[in-house]
Amino acid sequence: MGSYMFMVLPASILFLIFHTIPALMGIFYSFTDWNGLRPTYNIIGFTNYFNVFKDMDILNAYLFTFKFAIVTTIIVNIISLSIALALNSNVKFKNFFKGLYFMPYILSMLIVAYIFNYFFANFWIDIMGYLGIEKWMVNPLGNEKGSWLAIVFVTVWQSAAFNTVLYLAGLQTIPEDLYEASALDGANKWKEFWGITFPMIAPFFTINMVLSLKGFLQVFDQVLALTGGGPFGVTRSIALLIYKDGFSGNEFAFQSANAVIYFVVIVAISFIQLRYLQKREMNL
Amino acid sequence: MRLNRTNWLSTCFLIAGSIFLLFPLYMTFMLAIKNNQEIANGVLAFPKVFRWENFSIAAEKIDYWQKFRNSALITVLTVTFTLFTNSFVAYAIKKNFDHKFFKGLYFYFVSAMFVPFPIIMLPVVKLTSKFGLDNLYGLIVLYIVYGLSFNVLLYVGYLKSLPQELDEAARVDGATVWQTFWKIVFPLLAPINATVAIITTVWAWNDFLLPLIMLDQESQATLPLAQFIFQSKFGQDTNLAFASYLMAMAPMLIVYMLAQKWIISGVTRGAVK
Repeated sequence: MGSYMFMVLPASILFLIFHTIPALMGIFYSFTDWNGLRPTYNIIGFTNYFNVFKDMDILNAYLFTFKFAIVTTIIVNIISLSIALALNSNVKFKNFFKGLYFMPYILSMLIVAYIFNYFFANFWIDIMGYLGIEKWMVNPLGNEKGSWLAIVFVTVWQSAAFNTVLYLAGLQTIPEDLYEASALDGANKWKEFWGITFPMIAPFFTINMVLSLKGFLQVFDQVLALTGGGPFGVTRSIALLIYKDGFSGNEFAFQSANAVIYFVVIVAISFIQLRYLQKREMNL
Repeated sequence: MRLNRTNWLSTCFLIAGSIFLLFPLYMTFMLAIKNNQEIANGVLAFPKVFRWENFSIAAEKIDYWQKFRNSALITVLTVTFTLFTNSFVAYAIKKNFDHKFFKGLYFYFVSAMFVPFPIIMLPVVKLTSKFGLDNLYGLIVLYIVYGLSFNVLLYVGYLKSLPQELDEAARVDGATVWQTFWKIVFPLLAPINATVAIITTVWAWNDFLLPLIMLDQESQATLPLAQFIFQSKFGQDTNLAFASYLMAMAPMLIVYMLAQKWIISGVTRGAVK
């Protein structure tokens, strides 16, 4: 037992110091009026929390973050499942495609977003003009209505790769004879998908949905690189707001309260989602 | 029957998607090798003269080799220490899973995956600067420690799939726990070590938020952080910015091209466990 103890103790202590204690410190600061720099602070109870709910910037950040995370999760999962289905069928150049479609996973989200920043500023208008969609002939990044969709677009481009690999792994666990039996019964492709494929990959669907939503609720890099939170603050995500105002805006304690609420929200959503989706798996 | 015929519909779908994936990279390359005059004439056309000097100018402006060294140092040390420490933490947990303390530790690490980074972000900066760890080495410590959550999950899952008698035999022959781990168990972990190495490499190389808050000296910046700094300093030089993006992505792209199959199967293995 002694050696085993020695194997886990240093790591556990470091984890406690650098992960749990900062989290607890964050919770503690949320009950103070500290600005992050002053030597002293007072404990002010739940005041920060009440103010969080009254702060329009924060409410808008939640609204944007949720809208972004839900829409991106749905699109990423539809696209990555479609790509995985295509890669799993009998296609030409299969290995080349697999390699190519996984490539975005190894690229930095920040740099991908910088590249697309140029794309939106220079090509978007031309493409929309060519397609004859005059309404969209503006740089979406500078447009209050379009900027969040541009962030969705870039995020899907970069993150669908990882989900594709998960779905592909799931598809490869389905035994071929199930399809042979359904073919004998005369099921068409659509019925085959809903009757066999989708139920068989249910656990992969669950994990993809939970990981995607949890990840996208923490959106940061791409927002900073694409819009910086603008135009007029409509694309400020919660993580970006905590970073910007927490470090520089004299709002250290206030943003700590925001972070605590954010933490509770993410944990609650992940668990509800996990519960609901796993129950669905059993019923299939 | 369904196995033999080429599925052209899917093939066409994938070809269309490929264009979508390759276009931004093509655009990046074209922007990186032109001067601003030629960019104005047309972004996507091949240039008359390939201006390779853009790369050396951009490299000088962001001090590329210094940033490359920082990123490489962080990645190499993080991956090495992660493999050699996270694996035995997980081994000890797996071996004593019926013991309350170890089981509790497992759930402690794994549930920490759901703690969003922003709640830690503000205090950890205070804490690390108090310890004098607001530098490259502090960053490495954080990567190794924060990786524990996911890696313990992967390692314990994999250890469960191994036959249990192997290390018992070594123990009976008088090997200590550490000897058993290094001589018998660690070599058996090779496949999952590969998975952890790949996931950790991609993370440590590309991460932006942690270097952003932890490093305040520009000389310590990583490659992604250097791109962010570049934007605020030389934002107008499009060609140099893109040369710099390409150079920041190049090392990972090259490694990926060489070890693509291996990387995909490694990540898949980690995901399915």
